[in-house]
Amino acid sequence: MTATMRPSISACPACIAAPGAEDIAQRDVPKEAKLAISVPGVHCGACISTLERALSTHPGVNSARVNLTLKRALIEAEPHVSPEEIISTINAAGYEAYELDAGTLAARAQDKAGRDLLMRLAVAGFASMNVMLLSVSVWSGAEGATRDMFHWISAAIAFPTIAFSGQPFFKSAWSALRNKRLNMDVPIVLAISLALVTSLWETMLSGHHAYFDASLTLTFFLLAGRYLDYRTRAIARSAAQELAALEVPRAVRLEEGLERTLPVSELRVGDLILVRPGGRMPIDGEILEGWSEIDRSLLTGETRPIFAEPGMSVSAGEVNLTGPLTLRATAVGQDTSLHRMADLVAIAESGRSRYTSLADAAAKLYAPGVHILAALAFVGWYLYSWDVRISLNIASAVLIITCPCALALAVPAVTTAASGRLFKKGLLIKDATALERLAQADTVVFDKTGTLTAGIPEVGELDHLGTRDLTIALGLATLSSHPLSLALRTALEARGVKAAALESGREVPGYGAEGLWQGRQVRLGRAQWVGAKASGSTAAWLAVDGEPPLEITFSDRLRPGAQEAVAALQASGLEVIMMSGDSAGAVEALAQRLGIAQWVAEALPGDKAARIAQLHADGKKVLMVGDGLNDTAALTEAHVSVSPASALDAARVASDIVLLGTDLSPLAEAIKVAGKATQRIRENFQVATVYNIIAVPLAIAGLCSPLIAALAMSTSSITVSLNALRLK
Amino acid sequence: MSVLSYLIPISLLLGGAGLLFFVFTVRTNQYDDPEGDARRILNGDYDDRPKT
Repeated sequence: MTATMRPSISACPACIAAPGAEDIAQRDVPKEAKLAISVPGVHCGACISTLERALSTHPGVNSARVNLTLKRALIEAEPHVSPEEIISTINAAGYEAYELDAGTLAARAQDKAGRDLLMRLAVAGFASMNVMLLSVSVWSGAEGATRDMFHWISAAIAFPTIAFSGQPFFKSAWSALRNKRLNMDVPIVLAISLALVTSLWETMLSGHHAYFDASLTLTFFLLAGRYLDYRTRAIARSAAQELAALEVPRAVRLEEGLERTLPVSELRVGDLILVRPGGRMPIDGEILEGWSEIDRSLLTGETRPIFAEPGMSVSAGEVNLTGPLTLRATAVGQDTSLHRMADLVAIAESGRSRYTSLADAAAKLYAPGVHILAALAFVGWYLYSWDVRISLNIASAVLIITCPCALALAVPAVTTAASGRLFKKGLLIKDATALERLAQADTVVFDKTGTLTAGIPEVGELDHLGTRDLTIALGLATLSSHPLSLALRTALEARGVKAAALESGREVPGYGAEGLWQGRQVRLGRAQWVGAKASGSTAAWLAVDGEPPLEITFSDRLRPGAQEAVAALQASGLEVIMMSGDSAGAVEALAQRLGIAQWVAEALPGDKAARIAQLHADGKKVLMVGDGLNDTAALTEAHVSVSPASALDAARVASDIVLLGTDLSPLAEAIKVAGKATQRIRENFQVATVYNIIAVPLAIAGLCSPLIAALAMSTSSITVSLNALRLK
Repeated sequence: MSVLSYLIPISLLLGGAGLLFFVFTVRTNQYDDPEGDARRILNGDYDDRPKT
């Protein structure tokens, strides 16, 4: 395995908190541990059996089940089995895996709401089928007492059903009215209840027309739309929430020389904190003891490790690379620079212009329009006939015909189809309007480190080193577990280099590694340490005593699919810009490699957001792709934003779409799918409008029998659903 | 038309039975993984009892 220059968040709690987490698991769940692992790569039946077989042979695992819909593995295991073992088992089977928070309680609660809707949907479906059966008999000519009996039975089914199934609409309409607003549900509730009341009245007077079937099918279709909507969002929400559980939860505090592991929230200013190599700083502080290098890439986007020595101050979120460090806390919790950065997001969020979705725009026109139309029909007919019964019947027919069956299905059906398709490609849509906004994007801004690159160093040119130097370099590299050493080792071993025998080799934390080779001192490490002048790029220097030091440069490995994604985006006519906090040299090299003409280097977090605001002011719609803390403000500022699953919590929260896999290439496809989805939504609105244009005049003229109402409603709903399915 | 007095209760009962069965399937988590279940049916491994 290669070392990550910037340990992914999931790797980090593993280093510090694994023992701690296990304790907790044992205390809370004495018998069995339930683990939830996100596996974004599963996509077929064979994947399910491969994974389940691999997991069930893992010692200590009692049962494992892969859920393909959620791309998740649920494992019940003995309490001693740690998530890390399971993840490595899954990796060995050839899949990426991320640990999820086993906070299944929250997931259960959401499930309950979903079930509730499904139950209401089922009851409405059952009732509407039965009432439709009776209504068909009436339409095909049942007369007199038989018709009245059918109407009475329909009423007996319809009233309790509406009372149960219609509750979501009643609640939402009531809360809207209480706040003196109108939403889609107000006309819906009005239509359903008015239809029921006039139908009951007609039935009592043994009239010909009753709309029981219409109000029930209406409820059924509307609930179907709502359920689809709910389901799409619930999947996104639970996955996003579970990904959010990947933060450093614990720290090691030194208490009179003894180490104690405790939650970060219990740390106080002045505490002595021990941070081991690979661990992340839990607080802002000053280094008291120890030499090391620290990786700031998540905060600044800078890839080059920084030398750390006593007296230097460090910020929460930075990663310690080589030697153990003892810190004195200067700021904890809300006061750390990590949190202050997160506050930037809150500020940007409050200034974000609220995007009005197509559905909201439609509802704004629709709700008052329908009420005015129905009221006019009632008044007109009343003035014409002076008959309340006829006028009420006409008004309720108008309300039923115009009821937004198709409208309420139009958006959820398309969004469900589109998010389903994108989810299969590894994109999680977090925000309901994200698809529409994604379709409008015309400029893509990429962060560099961790987004276009994987954060894994790769050795550059090695040909200027002789065979002797290569063997010495390998000998020294094996002494250290620094990411650069590991990269160098992998590269040299791949070339078939044998390590030179070194005497008294040792790692000097923060500087490098040194040893004696045939009695001469050799060193591999920082420029100053070996007596060389530092250059701009990430590099390690090899020095053999008495000879000039040699530079070994490193570049950041590209994230898989980055090249394809950039090329595809440019090919489809989008402007691609790269903004990074890294040094100009590194940024320019990558920009040339990827063919990106516009790039910005050494950008501070505020700069990025300001530049995006500037682009917006120029009339562009920006899609921001980023992962670091320094990107969060920019992610919030952008019209629409994407972050990879490996991103920092704050960045994922700030973005609308999360990329579940490591591959970037689905991005270009996502924009295409989003464009198509928006197109379908517009088409669906047009279809619904055409139906209304035909049916509303009939209803106002009093020619709309319950049969026509049922036909118009069902056909328009089915048309929009089929149109949505075309997306697949 | 007396046949109606049998047929209507029968149709309501059948519909109700369908509804109850649906409620049962929801309660036993049979809609949690529609995609996976669709693939599992083509799976070559056989087992004696349904996986929970």
